[in-house]
Amino acid sequence: MKTIKTLILFMLGCGLYLFSCQSKGVKTDAPVLDVQDLTKNQPEVHGQEIKEGEIVFSASLDQAMATKGNAIYSLKCQSCHRLTEERLVGPGWKGVTQKRNPTWILNMIINVDMMLESDPEAQKLLEQCLVRMPNQNITREEALDIIEFMRKNDGVK
Amino acid sequence: MSTILMTLILITFIACKPRGIQQAISADAAGKVYVAPGKYDEFYNFVSGGFSGQMSVYGIPSGRLFRVIPVFSVDPEKGYGYSEETKPMLNTSHGFVPWDDLHHIALSVTNGIHDGRWVFGNGNNTPRVARIDLKTFRTVEIIEIPNSGGNHSSPFITENSEYVVAGTRFSIPMDDTNGDVPINTYKQNFRGTVSFIKIDPASGNMNIAFQILLPGVNFDLSRAGKGKSHGWFFFSCYNSERANTLLEVNSSQKDKDFILCVNWKKAEEYVAQGKGKKQVVKYAHNMYDEKKHMATSIMEKEVLVLDPKDLADMVYFMPCPKSPHGCDTDPTGEFIVGSGKLAAIIPVFSFTKIQKAIADKTYDGDYEGIPVLKYESVLHGEVLKPGLGPLHTEFDDNGNAYTSMFVSSEVVKWNIQSLQVLDRVPTYYSVGHLSVPGGPTKKPWGKYMIAYNKITKDRFLPTGPELAQSAQLYDISGDKMKLILDFPTIGEPHYAEAIPAELVSKNSVKIYKIEENQNPWVAKGDDFARVERKGNEVHVYMTSIRSHFVPDNIEGVRLGDVVYFHVTNLEQDWDVPHGFAVKGANNAELLIMPGETQTLMWKPDRVGVFPMYCTDFCSALHQEMQGYIRVSVPGSNVPISFSTGNTTPVQ
Repeated sequence: MKTIKTLILFMLGCGLYLFSCQSKGVKTDAPVLDVQDLTKNQPEVHGQEIKEGEIVFSASLDQAMATKGNAIYSLKCQSCHRLTEERLVGPGWKGVTQKRNPTWILNMIINVDMMLESDPEAQKLLEQCLVRMPNQNITREEALDIIEFMRKNDGVK
Repeated sequence: MSTILMTLILITFIACKPRGIQQAISADAAGKVYVAPGKYDEFYNFVSGGFSGQMSVYGIPSGRLFRVIPVFSVDPEKGYGYSEETKPMLNTSHGFVPWDDLHHIALSVTNGIHDGRWVFGNGNNTPRVARIDLKTFRTVEIIEIPNSGGNHSSPFITENSEYVVAGTRFSIPMDDTNGDVPINTYKQNFRGTVSFIKIDPASGNMNIAFQILLPGVNFDLSRAGKGKSHGWFFFSCYNSERANTLLEVNSSQKDKDFILCVNWKKAEEYVAQGKGKKQVVKYAHNMYDEKKHMATSIMEKEVLVLDPKDLADMVYFMPCPKSPHGCDTDPTGEFIVGSGKLAAIIPVFSFTKIQKAIADKTYDGDYEGIPVLKYESVLHGEVLKPGLGPLHTEFDDNGNAYTSMFVSSEVVKWNIQSLQVLDRVPTYYSVGHLSVPGGPTKKPWGKYMIAYNKITKDRFLPTGPELAQSAQLYDISGDKMKLILDFPTIGEPHYAEAIPAELVSKNSVKIYKIEENQNPWVAKGDDFARVERKGNEVHVYMTSIRSHFVPDNIEGVRLGDVVYFHVTNLEQDWDVPHGFAVKGANNAELLIMPGETQTLMWKPDRVGVFPMYCTDFCSALHQEMQGYIRVSVPGSNVPISFSTGNTTPVQ
């Protein structure tokens, strides 16, 4: 396979060389702009890694945050996650804040590609659910609101 | 693998001995058009679909088709013209018109250079102009043109996107007159118009600023002046004989027809002075709101008309040999190239000379009261023996022009200053328009030229009597034009513009934010998913996410009801649309982008249980994304009910 590729390249090279007379006057290209890179301009909230210890939770619940989290939940999460232990598309949320550490949950919400690539627990879940946890375009702040709502769901007062 | 190898060897060797059709193919063609898997093309090519009514988007140099944007024709695949939200886009003063003939493309410009904001297209048959937003590649506005019969000379654009124009191909009795006249009273009763449609610089919204009332000729093509000729517009016209039958013969009698020169800055002055006359007409103006994901259509009731008979110094006719078609201004704005499709030469006019002839009143009489400039006084020169049937001219960044020759199926490269023919290359076959990236602007990007052919005959694997039309890509970076690729196209690739990819791709929207969705029928989350009865209408507010609908079991619909499925896609991930279809619907599907709401109307035709499902492969469990809707007899007492995940059996 590799030899054939080399051969083709060789032939192409020969072709170019032999007929370079035909290419007279061809302007050499200016440094190539990476067009592909430009599409990364939009604030995709996806892919922001939260490191262990970066976020500290207080023992008591922030009611305002939990309320905001509830609203985000209804719009962007509820379709797949129940507030009970029942698994719908994804796992139910009851007990999630006891079962998982908050950094893990945050990364699942806003950095799911990394998690599915490297985290064994996340990979185990994908095997069970068979639907990739989608990017729901959630910011870091919104994700913290969601966690607060999860804590409320788990009885934190 | 070995086949590729052989082909390569073959190409390499054939190139040594140019013969017949292979003559035009250069040895390094494959390398020049090869865009590696996963890599982006250098240019977007916006290609009109002609009689398909749509606009297609290709990559250059690969010739890969990326998208067909529905514009003037319904598109069941995308629900365009079928969903309740998009139906108003195709409304006209004649009612809902599901098809048109999209001929020309105009990309928006700032200071005469592509800015990548919008692309405009014309509807030829039921005169309209459409605007597509290049952030979403969606048709966001369509405006109908009154006093027009065939909007061919459109939507060419001025150098700061001040206006796009619309010149009528068919002259007709004006809309506010009694049109019930014998056709052979053409000369008395039929008139032509050119319309100037103002573009709002911030929103892009279109409004017909004014129309100019003109003699009953056929307006064909046009180009705005630029640079020194900014403020002027040039329209080619034929049928100065004003024939109304067998135009093939009867409109080819005269040696010369005209290019109309319009001083639109002067027209603006007249408008400002209140010199226009308001005429009562009727035309539709349709707008798509990308926050509401919904179109509205309003019927406009008047248009401002300027009559050159009362308003001097606004329009002039310039003689142009034999039924001119193309009428193209060069990047400097000094030269206007007329292409007399029946002429044996290409006349090139000088804007400086036009100005002098006007100042000196070097007229050759008048045509229907409009001064005719003396041909010799405005002529820069003629390209002699260019080929047969010159149609259209585009320009590169080195002072050269490229003219398509329909009859002799070739492209001729010539120098604008010296008028010398520099090169010619065959096309396969019967070339119409050409496109050089940036060719109609002040700054041609050059490098490639694409020819759009009407006939392909033996170029591709045969597909019965109906064959694809095609585009052919030429490398024009050297002295010689080199054919490097053929690619088939949709409909008729009538005209196209190409723009460097980065000017558009960086603004391309990935998702509609669900938080910003203002559709009146949105369900922002499952808490809002519901079914409501309003008389004999049943409204289903449904959400979709990988991979289920809420609700997915619906009962209580009765035969005779009209059901509206308002489906909101709750996904917020790039490239995760959901589809929606229901069995037996005399309608299309919906294709709903992330964060969008679209509505499908369904009138059940019988009692029973109807499946519905997601049509766009969305996940591993896509095949599970389905539901049922039960239709009962008229007057049935089955209550409206809906659920998802309810597995309790009926008691």
